[in-house]
Amino acid sequence: MSAAVTEAPGTSGLREGAFGHATSLACRECGHKVDLGPFYACPECFGPLEISYDFPAVTREEIEAGPPNIWRYKALLPVPTDIESSPNTEPGFTRLLKADNLGAELGITNLWVKDDSTNPTNSFKDRVVACALSAARELGAKVFACPSTGNLANAVAAAGARAGIKTVVFIPSNLEQPKQVNSAIFTENLVAVDGNYDDVNKLASEIAGEEEGWAFVNVNVRPYYAEGSKTLGYEIAEQLGWRLPDQVVIPVASGSQLTKVDKSFQELIKLGLVEDKPYRIFGAQAEGCGPVATAFKAGTDAIRPVKPDTIAKSLAIGNPADGIYVLDIARRTGGAVEQVTDEEIRAGIVQLARTEGIFTETAGGTTVAVTRKLVETGQLDPNLETVVINTGHGLKTLDAVSGQVSAAATIAPTYAAFKATGL
Amino acid sequence: MAVSVRIPTILRTYTGGESEVSATGANVAEILDDLDANFAGIKGRIVDEDGKLRRFVNVYVNNDDVRFEQDLATPTPDGAEVSVIPAVAGGC
Repeated sequence: MSAAVTEAPGTSGLREGAFGHATSLACRECGHKVDLGPFYACPECFGPLEISYDFPAVTREEIEAGPPNIWRYKALLPVPTDIESSPNTEPGFTRLLKADNLGAELGITNLWVKDDSTNPTNSFKDRVVACALSAARELGAKVFACPSTGNLANAVAAAGARAGIKTVVFIPSNLEQPKQVNSAIFTENLVAVDGNYDDVNKLASEIAGEEEGWAFVNVNVRPYYAEGSKTLGYEIAEQLGWRLPDQVVIPVASGSQLTKVDKSFQELIKLGLVEDKPYRIFGAQAEGCGPVATAFKAGTDAIRPVKPDTIAKSLAIGNPADGIYVLDIARRTGGAVEQVTDEEIRAGIVQLARTEGIFTETAGGTTVAVTRKLVETGQLDPNLETVVINTGHGLKTLDAVSGQVSAAATIAPTYAAFKATGL
Repeated sequence: MAVSVRIPTILRTYTGGESEVSATGANVAEILDDLDANFAGIKGRIVDEDGKLRRFVNVYVNNDDVRFEQDLATPTPDGAEVSVIPAVAGGC
């Protein structure tokens, strides 16, 4: 028995190698195995299904000879070997910037920013959506869809346009206007739902259960989709010269990205592509939606869902499905999960922009502000090599900082007026 | 109280493929007991051995997540719609 979410896309007629070296889906909770297909919940316990692989030998040279996007890691993803020949947004291989100015302000001697705001639709979501698109294509889906806090909707709508597949994206109706426009420009089918993200997510799950041929990227093809975040970890290691960083700070909404970065590091170690060494993983949340940070601090595994109330809307998931695994990883690696106020998030956005020339959205502001707090509270070692992940571009959340920064002076178009400013 | 219960695909093997069934009970726990009486074994998929809601199942009464209400003691007024939905997520 398998947990089919839709009658179609189905598993009949799957071509050989449709999912690369993936072998099956396995429940993270109870280990129950399910055949590869459009399934995401364990039929035994509802636990999340995770992709299992039988990896071939992979060398650094083979990866380095690949394209400058996530497909250089295709042997480690649930995608076919001819993935590059299907139209897609070719995301990834974003810059890893040495952040000495920010490091000096935070007191961290060796700091890097992995800047995913330079992806095709300006967030890390292009990575996961590219993997979901491949799964949707292989499963014969007719509609490519998602519930989203904004970034995902942008990525799904753009990827669907490029792939020539119908897209329908569902967002909370109170989402920032730029994020709405960024999706509506790519699709005729943007649906604004009166409710928060959790309401939209619930609706998507219900639709996925009733409609045939719909691939909801983060619902019924979620196991494939989530694997795309591993490429962030692969890239960090490769760009550091095939070496794992000592510490990584990652924003946490559902917690999926953090768990996948950990998985990527473990895979690289097992494949012999990097040296096995200790690393610490830290999670960043907003106080207005910090159920994982709260549980971490309380030393419990019980994550109490919250009603989100924060400017960090891309992190506003009150009932994080992977939260329990975030706690496990933070505790296992000697990391932590911390949370900051909306004011600290705004300050983090401005600080990253003023020190490194990177305009981040609220999620990145959260990560920078949490990094500061982790140093101040002694939870993060400022003498160890540290990478912070910037997941999206600030142009998407202009409202968050529009009251923080403005013109230094408004002057007449004369030299005298300019001199009077003292600039 | 008589309510309608929306069944996720994953559990429709118990309900003969029905996506919506009726049940009676004053709260969620009683609804689950009534469901189990008609569709033997279904309750064990929704709650664990300790009788608590499984971690990756969300139950809603009229669109309200029972974890924000009174969990399994959440009242189910006559005519209410109860939804059982696997937990999934988006975001980072």
